[in-house]
Amino acid sequence: MKSFKIGGVHPAENKLSAAEPIKVSRLPEVAVYPMGQHIGAPAKPVVNKGDKVKVGTMIAEAGGFVSAPIFSGVSGTVLKIDTVVDASGYAKPAVYIKVEGDDWEESIDRSDKLVTLKEKPELTADEIKDKIKNAGVVGMGGACFPTHVKLCPPPGQVPQWVIINAVECEPYLTADHRLMLEKADEILVGVDLLMKAGNVEKGFIGIEENKPDAIQLLTEKAKASYPKIEIVPLKTKYPQGGEKQLIDAVVGRQVPAPPAIPVNVGAIVQNVGTAFAVYEAVMKNKPLFERVVTVTGKSLAHPSNYLTRMGTPMSLLIEDCGGLPADTGKVIGGGPMMGKALINIDVPICKGSSGVLILNEKEARRGEEQPCIRCAKCVSACPMGLEPYLLATASGKRMWDKVESEDITSCIECGSCQFTCPSHRPLLDNIRMGKQTVMGIIRSRQAK
Amino acid sequence: MNKLVVSLSPHVHSGDSIAKNMYWVLIALVPALICSFISFGVGALITTAVSVLSCVLCEWFVNKFMMGNDKCTVCDGSAILTGVLLAFNMPSNIAPWIVVIGAFFAIGVVKMTFGGLGGNLFNPALAGRAFLLISFPVQMTTWPTAGQGFDSYLDAETAATPLALMSQAFKGDTAALSQLPSAWDMLIGNTGGCLGEVCALAILLGLVILLAKKVITWHIPVSIIATVFVLSGLLNLIDPLRYADPVLEILSGGLMLGAVFMATDYVTSPMSAKGQLVYGVSIGFLTVIIRTFGAYPEGMSFAILIMNAFTPIINQYCKPKRFGEKPVQK
Repeated sequence: MKSFKIGGVHPAENKLSAAEPIKVSRLPEVAVYPMGQHIGAPAKPVVNKGDKVKVGTMIAEAGGFVSAPIFSGVSGTVLKIDTVVDASGYAKPAVYIKVEGDDWEESIDRSDKLVTLKEKPELTADEIKDKIKNAGVVGMGGACFPTHVKLCPPPGQVPQWVIINAVECEPYLTADHRLMLEKADEILVGVDLLMKAGNVEKGFIGIEENKPDAIQLLTEKAKASYPKIEIVPLKTKYPQGGEKQLIDAVVGRQVPAPPAIPVNVGAIVQNVGTAFAVYEAVMKNKPLFERVVTVTGKSLAHPSNYLTRMGTPMSLLIEDCGGLPADTGKVIGGGPMMGKALINIDVPICKGSSGVLILNEKEARRGEEQPCIRCAKCVSACPMGLEPYLLATASGKRMWDKVESEDITSCIECGSCQFTCPSHRPLLDNIRMGKQTVMGIIRSRQAK
Repeated sequence: MNKLVVSLSPHVHSGDSIAKNMYWVLIALVPALICSFISFGVGALITTAVSVLSCVLCEWFVNKFMMGNDKCTVCDGSAILTGVLLAFNMPSNIAPWIVVIGAFFAIGVVKMTFGGLGGNLFNPALAGRAFLLISFPVQMTTWPTAGQGFDSYLDAETAATPLALMSQAFKGDTAALSQLPSAWDMLIGNTGGCLGEVCALAILLGLVILLAKKVITWHIPVSIIATVFVLSGLLNLIDPLRYADPVLEILSGGLMLGAVFMATDYVTSPMSAKGQLVYGVSIGFLTVIIRTFGAYPEGMSFAILIMNAFTPIINQYCKPKRFGEKPVQK
């Protein structure tokens, strides 16, 4: 079984909602669209208070090359342009839309008919990239990097493979798993489109072996119609879905330390949800305004997977899963290893919202911090070959030169060190602080 | 609605704890304790009990009255572990007051002076043993023979240990090696020595437990045992009358105990796999050198203590292999 080579941990999988088919969630009364839903410049609103919008109407345009437009997932009237507290905990500019009916833009093909590249052979790579860009597609695994940027490598870099991240290594989350079972054909067309757009001859879909049904289904379909796409079963191990770990596992290349990017070793990595969004954007003319979200937690009455319009508050989904349990201690946007704890549950679903996880009071509490006993478990767990105990301690002592020379900027913040630490030390808290500071120092040095 | 907890990721934990690791090491030591009782009788249990009690009391006292900590650190099991390991490094017929002195030195001086668990530079149990070996050389090197009945304690009959015989052989006594017990006797603990070290089989069972529970990795024990085997094997090839069989070398003295339980002490061993191999090979090398050419036949303890001192510098130079290919130079 293929896997990444260094470190890793195996958290309890807790895929509570794996057998739950994707349900369509109901519409909210008011939908809220933060302007910064992606990495890069925030989008700029193009609607004003009182404007009527339809499902699929662009409400904000891209704020630069590394940016993406935002589309309304509901029809109705623009209430106001204000701020909203999003998953980051900061108040961000946002467009509020009062929902009225469910009226879609006519340009969107709402039929279920599968359209493949065979039926549209005239599509060129640039046309595909343009459609992806204009549909506001970003990486849907959580980092939200604009997809068209990844498809336009820097000069001199030639991609060889498109690698689809269908690993879903975060515990609890099942959105990608369900999507693969229910939209396998569409995903394969999406991969085909990404390969054409990136001008590569080989595509891989990496899936953890804890999803055998998805592996089997996609393998059969790929064998039948897509000889250039290979399904790669991967060992169930966290963080198998880390971009660099996935490339290492699938093609055996290790992306060099930052500032190197995946295309330096010939790989373009896209999330499986992104592949589906690419299909819809290119073949169905449907911009990105809905996604599959897993709503889960041990105390939750009905853990589920929802196809949700963006802008829907998470509280609506939680309500439909049986309501917020009485013993709720923490609500997380995303998975338990890398997700963000939310300060309120009215945060809207955005392009990168893969899940809503509810932990009970006992799970929410961190263990008491003990002295470091130098057991080296964090060193064996680190998938980047770093020494978390050292980086955390030196960051705490503000030894910036030291942590920079110890490669702190290579940290992918996967949390394996802190997960594994028997002394419950807040290793990643400290390392994040050190990494942010060192990256600031490097930027200011380059600016000189 | 409840107040929500907000903290940075990760939001889940493996459930591992210091206490869990310490208690698994203690469980892994149980087979050796049972074997020791069979070999040396009740003296083994009394010495262990005295050592554990003194270590725990000493840590509790220093923590509460000298360091002013309200939090009890005894429950994490590390003082109990030090107590057991210290006892395992002494003859079973030793007077209890010597055990108490050793325990107070191990915990009071070697561990708590450096701030308690995680801060010490040297392995407390081994430093306690070295202190006693220098202070009470006769009592610490008068080992009872095995199999004198379960009631044997202070009045047990004593005899030279396999290591002492090997040392004599090197000094020119060509008949010494022929008096060595068989490998089988050494494997099951039917020989003289410190109370925890004589039964290699029980210690290997402990190693299996530690590896299975992922308390330690294979690097340190395997590199120590392999180095000693290879090095003493080479010496044995040169002159079989002066240098013992390598199989007997790795089964004798505290080698197994040291390789599995002492050298693997978290606090005083290196962090990276590479560093642990350097550390293990160095300990094996030093052990053979001290056993063969040194004044003390017991080389293992000193080899580990010496390498404890090198651990920080090993950590400095033996980094784990970082992820990532070398970038192409433009």
